[in-house]
Amino acid sequence: MSRGVGSPPHRRSPGGPEPGRRGRPAGRGRAARRRGIALHVACIAVTLFMGLPIYLIALAALSSRESLNRFPLPLVPSDVSVETMRVFLETTGVVAGFQNSVEVGLLSLVLSLALGVPAGYAVARYAFRGRQPYQLFLLLTRALPIVVLSVPLARVFLATGLYDTTYAVALLHTALALPTTVLITSAIFVAVPVEHEEAAMVFGATAPVAFVRVVLPQALPGIAAAAIFTFVTSWNEVLGAAVLTLGRRTLPAQVLSTLADSPLAFRFAGGFALVVPALVFIAFMRRYLLNMWGTTLR
Amino acid sequence: MPGAVTTAPNPAATGSGARRRRRRARIPAPVLLIAPSVVFLAALFLWPIGVGVAQAFTGADGATVAHLRRMVDDPYFWDAARNTALLIVVLIPLQFAFALAMALLLRERPRLSSFYFYVWCVPLAISDLAAGLVWLAIFADRGYLNSLLARLGLGDGYAWLSYDNQATVFLAVLLAELWRATSLVLVIVVAGLQNVPRDYDEAAAVFGATYWQRLRHVILPQLRPSLQVALILRTILGLQTFAVAQALTGRNFPLLVGETYQWYVMLRNEGVAAAIALVILVASIGTAVVYLRVLRDPAAGSLR
Repeated sequence: MSRGVGSPPHRRSPGGPEPGRRGRPAGRGRAARRRGIALHVACIAVTLFMGLPIYLIALAALSSRESLNRFPLPLVPSDVSVETMRVFLETTGVVAGFQNSVEVGLLSLVLSLALGVPAGYAVARYAFRGRQPYQLFLLLTRALPIVVLSVPLARVFLATGLYDTTYAVALLHTALALPTTVLITSAIFVAVPVEHEEAAMVFGATAPVAFVRVVLPQALPGIAAAAIFTFVTSWNEVLGAAVLTLGRRTLPAQVLSTLADSPLAFRFAGGFALVVPALVFIAFMRRYLLNMWGTTLR
Repeated sequence: MPGAVTTAPNPAATGSGARRRRRRARIPAPVLLIAPSVVFLAALFLWPIGVGVAQAFTGADGATVAHLRRMVDDPYFWDAARNTALLIVVLIPLQFAFALAMALLLRERPRLSSFYFYVWCVPLAISDLAAGLVWLAIFADRGYLNSLLARLGLGDGYAWLSYDNQATVFLAVLLAELWRATSLVLVIVVAGLQNVPRDYDEAAAVFGATYWQRLRHVILPQLRPSLQVALILRTILGLQTFAVAQALTGRNFPLLVGETYQWYVMLRNEGVAAAIALVILVASIGTAVVYLRVLRDPAAGSLR
């Protein structure tokens, strides 16, 4: 009787289920392997979708004009040539556009750090009345479409004599990037232990000195990431730059305004010139991507 | 932790010290720190919006709705409104499904996952103009897609971007936007997934839940906050799509922001441009409010 009760589990392991158990790990192994292969195939498929267009624009921009005029275009680099890029760079306004873009980007970067880092520090370190409304205000400003600002700002800048200057565009781009700069830097300052700062002040440092000597060095990589973010935002923004300038166009605005009457080779070269910095930026910012667009958003 | 830096009370404060502290107390340090950004943002956001409303509703002789009338009389405006809405409605579900799939793939930690993540994130830093030009290289009449088809012997060139083929024009814009803007959703979802403890998932697996059940009942509910943020952000950014279509097709696929650009830069009419901009503003605020209303209810179940 007692054996009868005890036997079923006993019987289950050496008896019938045994082959099943032996079979299942093997089956699970095969299933796991199949799953692994499916995982890799899926990853490679997504990578192809994301990467192939970049390969193709590079291929187009680095082909000679003559080979761009052939019809079935070669899908592998057959004759690499810098001719298309050279012609693009020699086109009126392109080098100036590069310069303007860099100028606007750096100006916005400096301005948004100067305004955003103190605010980020305040949000991270102090509990003050108005902190919640301030954060809500930042979220609201992030959500405003650029186009709503660009057209009226053009009139404001025309009236104040700022129209068609890099300053005008930099002001707009700072306004776009500033809310994010505050959010990113506050997330970074939260991560710097407040004890370090207090220790410095115990040893006689004033608050600003403690900030510069103790907090800033630890926050620097993150602040750099915020700076790159601002630069990328500025580099990529096209509508506002196109509306606020006539002569001093940034590179994207220049490409956009000459789009309709430029040959395909020019457009491909322009596309490539705009894509290359993106590859570099993301390589630099890889470690901060999740912080930047993920966690700080909430 | 909060307030620890400057407000440490000093009972032995001298008279001058106390006075200084009182002065500081009148304008607290955090207010001083955030004030410049508040002033700047108010100047660059609130002022232009006021000016914009004035631009849209005043003409040469006082208040007028002439700009509005001109806007609604322009057939391009209605095409643009329809296209913008259509693009958002089709793009966003696709984009979220795609980004979620990508994030779940990365969660399985495949080999080379950091390389994959890099490639999948590159479009984050690519502008919509650049994305349009990239896909132009593919969809142009003598571009890479037609070249590939010709090589495979499948016809010699289809006019993907021609005005006569609205369906493929839409498809091209959709693909370019899917390519460019999914990365943003991806990083938000990946960051959100990092906050989903693996234990829950594993516990569900131990109790025999299938992958789909775990996804539906364990992972997605915890991703809700991230998905909400991404949804609001992407919809509002989707309303601003313009340079992709401009680069791919010119005005063959008008979008609302593109019409603003057209009216302002090409037709030099700031009144109508400002009126369309206000339409976009109202649409953005409207979607944000609707989303917040609909999504706040926890009983509403999973997104979409």
